[in-house]
Amino acid sequence: MTALDTSPRLDDPDLAFQSLVEAHRDLTPEQSRRLDARLVLLLANHIGSITVLREAIAAAQETGWDVAEAKP
Amino acid sequence: MPAFEPPHYPFRPPIDDGARHSVVVAGGGLVGLTAALDLARRGQRVVVLDDDDTVSTGSRAICFAKRTLEIYDRLGIGAAIREKGTTWNTGKVFFGEREVYGFDLLPESGHRNPAFVNLQQYYVEHWLVEACLATGLVDLRWKHRVAGIVNGADGVTLMIETPAGNYSLTTDWLLACDGARSLVRELLGLAFVGKVFRDRFLIADVVMHADFPPERRFWFEPPFHRGGSVLLHRQADDVWRIDFQLGWDADPEAEREPERVAARVRAMLGPAIPFELEWVSIYTFRCRRIEKFRHGRTIFLGDAAHQVSPFGARGGNGGVQDADNLGWKLDAVLRAEAPATLLESYDTERIPAADENILNSARSTDFITPKSEAARAYRDAVLELAARHDFARPLVNSGRLSRPAVLRNSPLSTPDEAPWPEGAPLGATAPDAPLDKGFLLDRTDRNGFTLLVFGEGAPEPVPGVKRVDVPAEGVAAQRYGAGAGDTVLLRPDQHIAARWRRCDAAAIRGARNRALGRVA
Ligand SMILES: Cc1cc2nc3c(=O)[nH]c(=O)nc-3n(C[C@H](O)[C@H](O)[C@H](O)COP(=O)(O)OP(=O)(O)OC[C@H]3O[C@@H](n4cnc5c(N)ncnc54)[C@H](O)[C@@H]3O)c2cc1C
Repeated sequence: MTALDTSPRLDDPDLAFQSLVEAHRDLTPEQSRRLDARLVLLLANHIGSITVLREAIAAAQETGWDVAEAKP
Repeated sequence: MPAFEPPHYPFRPPIDDGARHSVVVAGGGLVGLTAALDLARRGQRVVVLDDDDTVSTGSRAICFAKRTLEIYDRLGIGAAIREKGTTWNTGKVFFGEREVYGFDLLPESGHRNPAFVNLQQYYVEHWLVEACLATGLVDLRWKHRVAGIVNGADGVTLMIETPAGNYSLTTDWLLACDGARSLVRELLGLAFVGKVFRDRFLIADVVMHADFPPERRFWFEPPFHRGGSVLLHRQADDVWRIDFQLGWDADPEAEREPERVAARVRAMLGPAIPFELEWVSIYTFRCRRIEKFRHGRTIFLGDAAHQVSPFGARGGNGGVQDADNLGWKLDAVLRAEAPATLLESYDTERIPAADENILNSARSTDFITPKSEAARAYRDAVLELAARHDFARPLVNSGRLSRPAVLRNSPLSTPDEAPWPEGAPLGATAPDAPLDKGFLLDRTDRNGFTLLVFGEGAPEPVPGVKRVDVPAEGVAAQRYGAGAGDTVLLRPDQHIAARWRRCDAAAIRGARNRALGRVA
């Protein structure tokens, strides 16, 4: 079974967060967006499962606060 | 020099006001002519009404896919298309200043036809007209415009306008092939719903003697056309098709100006290559269909029934497959070999096919014309990644080539009794393969059913089914996932209707009956 694993899995969460933020240093919003897009595509391919990808998209959509507040 | 001079076919004044015919085709375009030829080759008389007196203006559909070529082989014009058209296997994708990657489609051997041939639509229509006339059964009426319709339960009555006055005809069956702006569809009040894409494209047919290789080139935002995409394709007679994406705000009238078009082409080709403009058109996209294709005795085919964006060449190819699907069924109904309810399967089979074409061409369009900042970021990210990483190349979508529909869950198919894990699935079009120094598809019955018998094993002959023996090992066996003793039943349109590990004449008769809609 492939399913999105949302348990804590990163062995160095602080370094992971720091790496993502640092990758965007000095980028314009447009460059940042494109970097994120490349990153998402690389990771999506690494995962290699459309099911997991779509579960991740759904999980991301559900957790956005603006989105949650807009729901009836 | 362009070798093609558009023919003007003779107008004949009406002589049969009030007559009744069995089949009338409204619209003598690519699809109407294909449908008429298909029926005539099966021995049916057909009247074709067309409001014009010539073939397609401009190249329009240029990319004829393998399945279409197979259908045209069956109808006798495949060789002419292959000979005149150009075939390409390689292509390049550019983004900005840079080449992102090149591809080679490496054609699979052992098929009569390549994956596609590029040829201007007018050539194909011209040969269809000649082939229709050669049957002696197609009554082509140029400048006969359908202007009114009464879609009755017992027949369809048409009001027809001609330069020599108006008349009316009644027909058992009306095939509405009158194109994207179908008047028949409008007169019947059928909603044509779907998506309009807010973008404009400029199409130019350019005559030039350049020694570019005959490959497909697609540019995203090239330096010579900032902010848009450009597609270059080769056709016959040194005619090249160039598509420029102009954006929604472009002024169609101004963009059509030859000077302006020439300037765009010059910017692309450079000053050293002389060229002439043969045809220019500005278009917008729509992806939509009518809800049902059959309305009593009126049946819609081609652009009259569904419309797609040109990326992926699904308009022309999809319409030809409509004709392929309907021809044998209508013929069987007209011969009283099948009940009229068989025609319901035209909807069951062709609507999912149209939806697949709409989905594919809408996705291509969304890639080429991003609708939001995020979509653009992803699109550009794919192109950037594709320059370095193989994995991103399949994500680049500049048009997915038209493939024949697999008729999954068709009521006409007999479900497999035994597992059939390999080869083409039930409902697919029959794969071609080398056979006895020729090709398998050429051996199938042009008008009826065909039974492929692999290796030994000889079920008794069944009337209405042509038997073709195929070796139990080799390319054909592989493509069908078949071995010694297996049999595969093909419909008259070459789709796989049934297959067995062991079968007898009763099973074959049963499957044929079912494919003819005789089973309740
Ligand atoms: C600019 C352009 C570019 C295209 N490029 C491609 C491409 O690259 N690849 C591709 O696959 N497709 C392409 N297409 C689409 C393709 O040309 C169509 O899908 C195809 O022509 C559909 O065939 P059809 O017979 O259904 O309609 P049409 O070819 O439009 O034929 C309709 C016919 O009906 C006749 N007619 C209309 N109204 C009446 C009436 N009231 N009475 C009698 N006759 C009537 C017309 O004169 C015409 O002959 C393109 C289309 C356009 C406009």
